[in-house]
This record gives sequence, C-alpha cells and structure tokens, in this order.
Amino acid sequence: MWYFLELLANGALVGLMYSLAALGFVLIYKSAGVPNLAQGTLVMAGAYAVWFFISLGLPLWIAVLIGCVVLFVFGLLVERLLLRHMVGQPVIMVVMLTLGLEILLRGLVPGVLGAAPKPLSIGVGLSPVIIGDVFLNRAYLWGGVLALVLIGLSLAFFRTRLGTKMRAVSDDHVASWAVGLSVERAIGLSWGIAGIAAVGAGTLWGSVQGVDWTLSGLLFPAIAVVILGGLDSIPGVLVGGLLVGILGSVIPGYLDSMVGGSTREVVTSLIILLTILVRPYGIFGREDIERI
Amino acid sequence: MFYRLSGVYHTRYQAARALWPIAADRWQVILLLALALAAPLFLSPLYLGSYLLPWMIWSAAALSLTLLMGLAGQLHFGFAAVMAIGAYSAIHMTRAGLPFELALLGGGVSAALIGTAFGFAALRVKGLYLVMATLAMQYLVDWVIINVPAISGGAQATLRTPAVSFFGLPIAGLEARYYLALGWAVLLTVFFLNVRRTSFGRALIAIRDKDFAAAVIGVDPFRYKLLAFLTASFMGGVTGALLAFCYYRAVTPEQFSFNVSIQLVAMVLVGGLGTAIGSFLGAGFVLLLPIVLTNLVAALGSAGILDVSQNLMAHLPLIIYGAMIIGFLLFEPLGLAKIYDNIRKYFLVWPFRHSRS
Repeated sequence: MWYFLELLANGALVGLMYSLAALGFVLIYKSAGVPNLAQGTLVMAGAYAVWFFISLGLPLWIAVLIGCVVLFVFGLLVERLLLRHMVGQPVIMVVMLTLGLEILLRGLVPGVLGAAPKPLSIGVGLSPVIIGDVFLNRAYLWGGVLALVLIGLSLAFFRTRLGTKMRAVSDDHVASWAVGLSVERAIGLSWGIAGIAAVGAGTLWGSVQGVDWTLSGLLFPAIAVVILGGLDSIPGVLVGGLLVGILGSVIPGYLDSMVGGSTREVVTSLIILLTILVRPYGIFGREDIERI
Repeated sequence: MFYRLSGVYHTRYQAARALWPIAADRWQVILLLALALAAPLFLSPLYLGSYLLPWMIWSAAALSLTLLMGLAGQLHFGFAAVMAIGAYSAIHMTRAGLPFELALLGGGVSAALIGTAFGFAALRVKGLYLVMATLAMQYLVDWVIINVPAISGGAQATLRTPAVSFFGLPIAGLEARYYLALGWAVLLTVFFLNVRRTSFGRALIAIRDKDFAAAVIGVDPFRYKLLAFLTASFMGGVTGALLAFCYYRAVTPEQFSFNVSIQLVAMVLVGGLGTAIGSFLGAGFVLLLPIVLTNLVAALGSAGILDVSQNLMAHLPLIIYGAMIIGFLLFEPLGLAKIYDNIRKYFLVWPFRHSRS
C-alpha cells in the first residue's frame, strides 16, 4: 500500500514536470495549429542556456531570466524565419520542418556547448522528503510544485488583455484579423512563451537528470501528455501530465520486475495509441469537423 | 537539341502511355542501368560496399515508403520498425533452415501482416494523429524486439546473418550482395512506376487527395488504405531483410531505431514525395551529403583553414542533416525530383525559355 502511494505521489510529481515540458507544445498548437516536435530540444536548449549562464558565474535566478530572454527571442525567430513560410502547406511539411529543427538543435547545442552531461543545481538537497512511509524525491517535489505554479501562471496569463487576444487568435484567425488583431504577432508571441516554458522545464529536468542531449527525449512523454489531454487545451496538459506521470510510474513499478525491462516507454506508447484509437481529440481537445 | 518532344508522335494508346515516351529519357535510363551493372568493374570495393550498396537498399526503402506517403498519402513515422520486422523474421527463418528466397518472402509477409496493424490506426485518424500513432508503434515494436530474447537473441545482442545462397548463387562476396540489392531496387522501381498506371495506384491517389470524395465515387478508403499499408510494408520488410543480409550482415535493434524512421521520411521528402527518381536522389542525398560535408570540413580543419573542435566535428553530420531538411522544406518543398524536372523541362524546349506542361 505504501509502495503504491509512493509510486503514485512521485508519478504525479513527475507528471507535473512532463506537463511543463508539454505546455509549449500546446501553446503553439493552440495559436498556430503547428505541431512543434522540436519542443523536446527547446527544453534541452533551455537547460543548456541556464547551465551556460551559471557557468559564467551568474546566480541561478539571473541565469534563468537571461535564459528566458534568449529562448523567447529564439522562439520569435523560429516563427518568423521558418514557420511563417509553412502557412498553408500540408501537415507533413510542418511536422518535418519542426523535426528538422529538432535534429539541427540536437546537433548544434551540444556541439557548441559540449556533449558531456553537466550538473545543474537549483539548490535542492538530495535527501528525500518522508511523509508517513512515503519517500518523495525532493527534486521531484520542488519540480512538481514549480510546474504547477508555472502552469497556473500561464492559465492566469490567458485572463489578461494580451491573453484574451491570443485566445481570440487561436479561436479563429480570419475573425481576429477582421477585428484588427495581429495574428502574426500572437503566433510569434506563443512561440516566445513556449521558449520560456522550455526554460522552466529545462531547468527542472536538468536539475533532476543533468544537462545533455537526452533531455530532448522529453518529446515523447510530452506528446503522450498532449495527445491524452487534448492538443489545444491547457487544463488538458495538467490532467494529461498527471495521468501520464502516474501511469508511467505505477505500472512500471509493478511490471518492471516481472518482464525485466523498462516498461515506461511502453506505457507511454500505449497511452498515445489507445487515446488515438478511442478518442483522437483527447480528453479536453476540440474536435475538428472535416468538410468534403 | 537531342532532348525534346518534337518528332515524338503517338499513333497508338500504348505509345502515349509508355513510361518514357521521349527517346532521350529511355537512353538515360539504359545508360544509368548499364553504369549500375558495371559498377563493380570500375569502383573500388570501398566505394561499392560502403556507398553504392547502401544507397541502393535505402533507395528501395524510400521507394516503399513513398508508395505509402506519396501515393496513398498515409504518413508513416515508424517505417524502420516495419523493416526491422522483416529483417528479424528473415534471419530467424534462415536460421531455422528455410531457403533464403523463401525467408525473404517470409520476412516481407510477416512485415506486411504486422505493418497492416499500423494501418488500422489510419482508418480512424489521419495527418498529425497518424504520425503520432505510427511513432508510438515504432516504440512498441522496438521494445518488443529488445525485450523478447527469442527475437533479439538476448539483451544488447547482435544476430549475425547466416551464409545464404540465392537460387544457387552464394551471397557472400561483395559483388553478389551488390547485385542482389541492385536487382531489388530495380524491381521496386519498375513496380512503383507501373503501379501509378493501374486502377490500384489511381485508387491510392484518390484516397490521398480526399478520402471522403474517393468514397463517394466508389473507392473504398477502408480497403485501399489497408492495401497501401500491406503493399508498402511487404516491400519494406523485404528491404529490411536485404539491408540485414547484404549490408550490415548482422542485426541489432539500434539499426532500426526511431531515428532511422525519421531518416527515411527525410529521404522521401528531400527527394520529392511520390516520385521514383526522388527516392534514389533523396536516399543518396541524405546518406552521402552529411558524410561528404563532414569530410570536407575535416579536410579544411587539417589544412588549418578552419578551426573546428573535436566535439563540434562529432555533431556536424547531425547539424548538416537537420539543416538540409529545413533548407529543402523552405526552398524546394517538392524536393530534388522537382529540381530534376525543372532541368529536364528546360532542355525539352531549349532554346526557348518556357514549356507549356
């Protein structure tokens, strides 16, 4: 029973951190309709950026701030220079473009800043937090709480004036144009915010598993999160993240010893597959109606 | 100019539907085929074995995938898994004592059967969701292969391919392996060029353009989507088996990882969706360009012109590969096949500037 609770709690915390990695994906898909398969490498780039500025001798919070600025500008540039040309192209072109960006960044960032795993400390001790008989990983605890705060902030952001504009753009591009909103600016902004979310996720994940190219592998759980929660829903990210995290922790916790292999990826794959087969638009996603 | 439509008169329907109505095109194909056949005579074993041979096999793989993605319009991001099924099945069949010819077919059939399961996702969703579903299946197949010792031969294991012979000819030397790969690539090319002219091919194109509309005019999307997955998976399975037997001569799960799937999609897109020549050009480009450019930078580095760190050098192929995908999608979304087509059309009407087709 305690074992189950421990798996459940740690899974939920990890799931919240998955949600943060998936947040950028949803932001971009919601506003621009672009599936950003480079989100995993954006997280990696964010982690590298924070590590780089810390290694220059800056304190953590300034490094994170500068990292946010760098990734924000990078997101704007990606939208302006690459994705703007893809408007109206078939989805395979857009998917491959973001995958090309994924591959490019996966080579470029470790190539320039060094491929060896680097520690990134956010000042959280290693000793577990013990509640009853449940051992909670302290880094996961902080990560989960911070992720929850950041997702809450992004939800609050959509209540502001700018956020309302972005919601309008995500609802209908042409109608937003008609009432004088700049669709391009809103889409660019969503890329920038996705960059900031990537810095948040990168800092948390980098502190948990070190900074190297493997952080880009977060793309896969992030995809499961957004497919399950719905591609264009921010509450969906939260719920999807929790579910993916819990299932990806509880099921391997019992099965791994039986089949002798890491079943976490299998659980993630099955979540993607079953969601697509049973309810393709996810739990909270908006169903597209196709016209002939 | 030697290369023009002028003087080509079709008096029969067969002539109008010929694959290459222009004489210069026919000569070009014959010349290329002769060059490919004679390659072992003038190429050193190094170039033959490490460039031309894999080029032929990857072209065959790209042809299989372009049948699915280009003709039928079903996006597939798990094609390496299909090839892995073919490779592992063929190896286990030859190890069990089945003749190589049958094992190749068996690899294709088992890949087709399991690959069609990928197709069931396509019955429900399309576009982005199909990408995600096939991607998840790639991970599932990888996991099964790695974690079932009966398939992979144990954790981290490498299965060596047994010595085989193809219709009495031992497939041992480089030449034999090259000709087998070349034969398969040619066979697939002929099949691909002709399938577009059959009712099957036209049904696939109708499905690609709009599956609802195809259903309205009597093309059953259910049936043809599954048939497309079946055909492409069979071709991919045999190609995977040939990749294992002719090129790697051993199989490990890493040879068919998710990155290989991406590489195949990149080949298809860089070459040009749904074209035969694009599969060859794309496979060659994606395989060779990163190697060539990395060697170039290494040469410049050793000459003291460029100063590139060891770490960056190691990542250079990845960087070039990613930049190449982005560059093609931005500047020539129709791929190398379109560039070839532009050049060809230019010469068709030379010395005038425009052609009407």
